[in-house]
Amino acid sequence: MLIGQKGSRMTDHAPRHATGRPADGGRRGAGELEAEILAILRRAAGPLTPGEVRDQLASGRRAELSYSTVVTIMFRLHAKGLLARQQAGRGYAYRPLDEASIAAGQMSHALGSGTDRGAVLSRFVSGLSRRDAQRLRRLLDSDPAAANPAAGDPAQPQE
Amino acid sequence: MWLLCLPLIIPALAGAAARPLTARLDPRQATWLLTAAAVALAGCSTAALALLAAFAAARAPVLAAAGGYSAHVLRRGDPVPATAGALAALALAAAAVAAAVWARRRARALAESYRRAAALHDSDLIVVLPGPAIEAYALPGWPGRIVISGRLLDQLGTRRQAALIAHEQAHLAGHHHLFTSAARLAAAASPLLLPLARAVDYTVERWADEHAAAATGDRRLVAETIGQVALLATPRRATPQRRRSATLAITGPRVRRVSVAWAGPVPRRVAALLMPPPRRRTLLLLACVAIVILAGTAALEAARDLHTLLQLARAAAR
Repeated sequence: MLIGQKGSRMTDHAPRHATGRPADGGRRGAGELEAEILAILRRAAGPLTPGEVRDQLASGRRAELSYSTVVTIMFRLHAKGLLARQQAGRGYAYRPLDEASIAAGQMSHALGSGTDRGAVLSRFVSGLSRRDAQRLRRLLDSDPAAANPAAGDPAQPQE
Repeated sequence: MWLLCLPLIIPALAGAAARPLTARLDPRQATWLLTAAAVALAGCSTAALALLAAFAAARAPVLAAAGGYSAHVLRRGDPVPATAGALAALALAAAAVAAAVWARRRARALAESYRRAAALHDSDLIVVLPGPAIEAYALPGWPGRIVISGRLLDQLGTRRQAALIAHEQAHLAGHHHLFTSAARLAAAASPLLLPLARAVDYTVERWADEHAAAATGDRRLVAETIGQVALLATPRRATPQRRRSATLAITGPRVRRVSVAWAGPVPRRVAALLMPPPRRRTLLLLACVAIVILAGTAALEAARDLHTLLQLARAAAR
């Protein structure tokens, strides 16, 4: 129980160290574990929490994995853009991404790290300053038929 | 030698005129005009700097002896002060370095973009990005791709999705990155042209906006889509709700004109879409072309002067 609480805390803050515990075999086993966890998530019908993944891992060969190790590895997979996550209770549930999404995510990351990004990619909108945001609202508001920038759009998110 | 000043003054004027022009010209015409003007003026001003430096260098006795012409004749006929020549040489070197550094960086970024686009599956012309970002862009490539974040798609209705995709398709089909790259390269060589390069960044967006408006047949739809995405992409401040309702209370009852003269690109694009489509203005276009040609002629004329002067000096040395 104590371990579980510690683990769910780690989902909220990025783990600082790459490996969970020395007992888990260190770096050599990390890649193997990542592949195993990815395989489990790909077989699963829906998103899984680290606890569920750990149970499935434990039913296989590895019986001695700590919860925090699984959380750490899944967090790392998420940071690499291989997993998507969603809120589930106090922690997150993870699902694998399809190939095109993974490629796009890696691409976005790679291009984002370059300094010349804005110039090469034609982005739909540039950033708005505070005054521009006000001007924009007024522009769309002052137009009688478009009292609200989102009026008449069924998929508008509720605020 | 006042002619040589012209290719240096005109870029400054062009820079000042760029933004007003973007509001008056058809975006497609404006893109072509501004890009061509930026490249031509960068060429002219670089040539003018080179000529100024050459006039000054030609007076050096060592060079005169090596070239077999009379330094005395040159000194008498040459109206360029030595300091101006030295400054021109410095500016020329700086421009060359800046343009080379910039061109290398842009070439790398474009190569990266093409490689990434090629790595995607052929059928994935629209790629949905995972994660929480609000993001939409055109990725230049062969074929180019449209990248939109899933979170943004979820928040847009189908008609607005269509408007967004039509906009990005126009960027890819029109190879807009080539226009912006050419104008930016010109500005790297000649910093006075930076407003022109920024204007091209803006006119290609307008070009794509007009394409989306034509494709969807609804200018207001495109304007609203831009507005919604821009507001979604901008992180909300601490007390946005109160501020928003206050604004609504002031402007709600009466229709007020909103000035976008000093606004950033997004409000200007929205304002342009809320107005009727721009007309083509051939006269204005021709006037701009004429001014650029004037700069080019001045540079050519000065080059001929230098040539004549050197010929005279060579004849005197014999």
